Amino acid sequence: MNFFLTIILDGLIQASWLFIVALGLTLVFGVLKILNIAHGSFYALGAYIAATAVTMVAARGLPPSVGFVAMLLSVTLIASAVGLLLERGLLKMFYGRDEVVLLLVTYAVFLILEDVTKLIWGVNPIYATQPYELFGNLEFAGLYYVGYDLVLIPISAMVGFAIWFGLNRTVIGKIVLAVIHNEEMSVSMGVRVNRVYAIAFAFGVLLAALAGALTAPKISMQPGLSSDVIILSFAIVVIGGLGSVEGAAVGAILVGLARAASVHLMPQAELFMIYLIMAAVLMFRPEGLFKRETARRI
Amino acid sequence: MKMSQHPLVMIGLVAAVTLAGRALPTWTLSLATIAASNALIALGIVVLARTGNVSFGQGLFFAAGGYGVALIANAWGLTDAVAQVIVGAACGGLLGLVIGPLIARYSGIFFGMLTLALSMVFYGALVKSTALGGSDGFNVGRPSLFGMSFTDPREADFMLYAVSVIVTGFAGIAATILFRSEFGLASLAVRENNLRVEYLGLSANRIISINFLIAAIFAGASGAFALMAQRHIDPQFAYWTTSGEFVFVAVLAGNQSVAAVFVASMALELVRSFSNLYLPNTWQLVLGVFLLGVILFLPHGIGSLWIRDRRKRRISATAPLTAERGAAP
Repeated sequence: MNFFLTIILDGLIQASWLFIVALGLTLVFGVLKILNIAHGSFYALGAYIAATAVTMVAARGLPPSVGFVAMLLSVTLIASAVGLLLERGLLKMFYGRDEVVLLLVTYAVFLILEDVTKLIWGVNPIYATQPYELFGNLEFAGLYYVGYDLVLIPISAMVGFAIWFGLNRTVIGKIVLAVIHNEEMSVSMGVRVNRVYAIAFAFGVLLAALAGALTAPKISMQPGLSSDVIILSFAIVVIGGLGSVEGAAVGAILVGLARAASVHLMPQAELFMIYLIMAAVLMFRPEGLFKRETARRI
Repeated sequence: MKMSQHPLVMIGLVAAVTLAGRALPTWTLSLATIAASNALIALGIVVLARTGNVSFGQGLFFAAGGYGVALIANAWGLTDAVAQVIVGAACGGLLGLVIGPLIARYSGIFFGMLTLALSMVFYGALVKSTALGGSDGFNVGRPSLFGMSFTDPREADFMLYAVSVIVTGFAGIAATILFRSEFGLASLAVRENNLRVEYLGLSANRIISINFLIAAIFAGASGAFALMAQRHIDPQFAYWTTSGEFVFVAVLAGNQSVAAVFVASMALELVRSFSNLYLPNTWQLVLGVFLLGVILFLPHGIGSLWIRDRRKRRISATAPLTAERGAAP
């Protein structure tokens, strides 16, 4: 019994940060119709910025709780700025081109960011473990867990709820939904689609960077981080359905559980399992588990 | 038929490029070998892209070809370069034969994602398989040719260069003929409107499957070349960034000219090795900026520098004009 509980808890912890990353990816795809390969790079960027913030705070002798707040604040500021800059300065030039071309544009951004992070933070692993001890250790049904890991689950649920609430219960959210649903119609109703694009993209970048910041204390930051994360978040949004918030949640939980289960039962099959699920979903429900059928040929 | 596209002229060109390898310095020789090998797989992507589908998982067939050749070479002592290329092409082709018909139903972003997913499944399996050396991979011996073994490294490099240029050159000639054939034109029609193609009594899925098979065969052969050049194989062959690079070459080339694929592949290798030399930590940055520049300024690829689609230009040159004239008071 405990064994299954371990798998489920580990899976949920994995799912919590994966969900935040995937949410950003799915939001950007929903609004801008861009499958953003550089999304993993924004995750890595957030993680690196968080590490710098935490180290700077720790060097001044301040407590880790200050470091935790500082890392979230700095990541929020920098990531939104980077997102706005990229959308207004670069992506804007390619709108209206084929979706595969846009995919390649984000691939180019991925390549560029990969080296930019190497130039700024070097190639050696960086750690920022101070906030990890912030919430102590907890005993849960005879199992010991690091408090920080468990706290991630409600944080991620809160982020998910905030996005859902923002999209479905506020005026701005309704406008974004209108753009997702029918862009031409929104334009003719007076919606400034350009502004919605910029905000949605910046928000997507912010979510990826936030997930990076939240996981920064748990991991070591080194090159290759971004390409691993993008592969996982691709799998999640494809399983759930591109552009669907509920889909991202279900996809994240599925992938988190699959990862945890294969780590405990069959460590050889980890990446294999996830992509097998994704391939199976694509074969039978190419629009993803949570997307309504549309008339176009996929 | 244009003079420059006559098969005999093209065969002459391949022979000239092969012989020119004698005069090239050693470092360019191995560079050109890799460029020719990458051009082969990118050519496959261009062939497939003519149906409107871009594969982001050619690394799957690349790795299948490489691992197939490496395993057979180590188990049975097969070292002949030409035989290895044939084995690689066969491995890629067999896999393409299985996957092609399954995947032909999809298009656009879903096609790309599914190919990427399949290559990552393969990558995941390779990394964890201890029998195949896991993430470290394993080594293979030096290739030979028709019973001759090459101990002088310069001769061995030239042999590999010659085989890769000749094979890629003939693949290019075959592709040029294919592009002008009825089948090649039908492939273009699938990209424009697959429904109309079906109304004409052709099967769009079949056309996509066959193009997919061709791309897989090219990728498998290319994997064999990469293996011979490195004499080592590891799961990185199937990783998505490897596939991304091949798509990169294909986009750089555009889909208007076969020669452009070779030029693009060579340009990429030159940019890579020069930025490796002068900007050792930022070659990806250079590559990314290069790619953005090409997409922005040469939307139809390098090939559009010397090939202009006359029919398209006439339409685009007159259509907006007449529209404007009509709108003017």
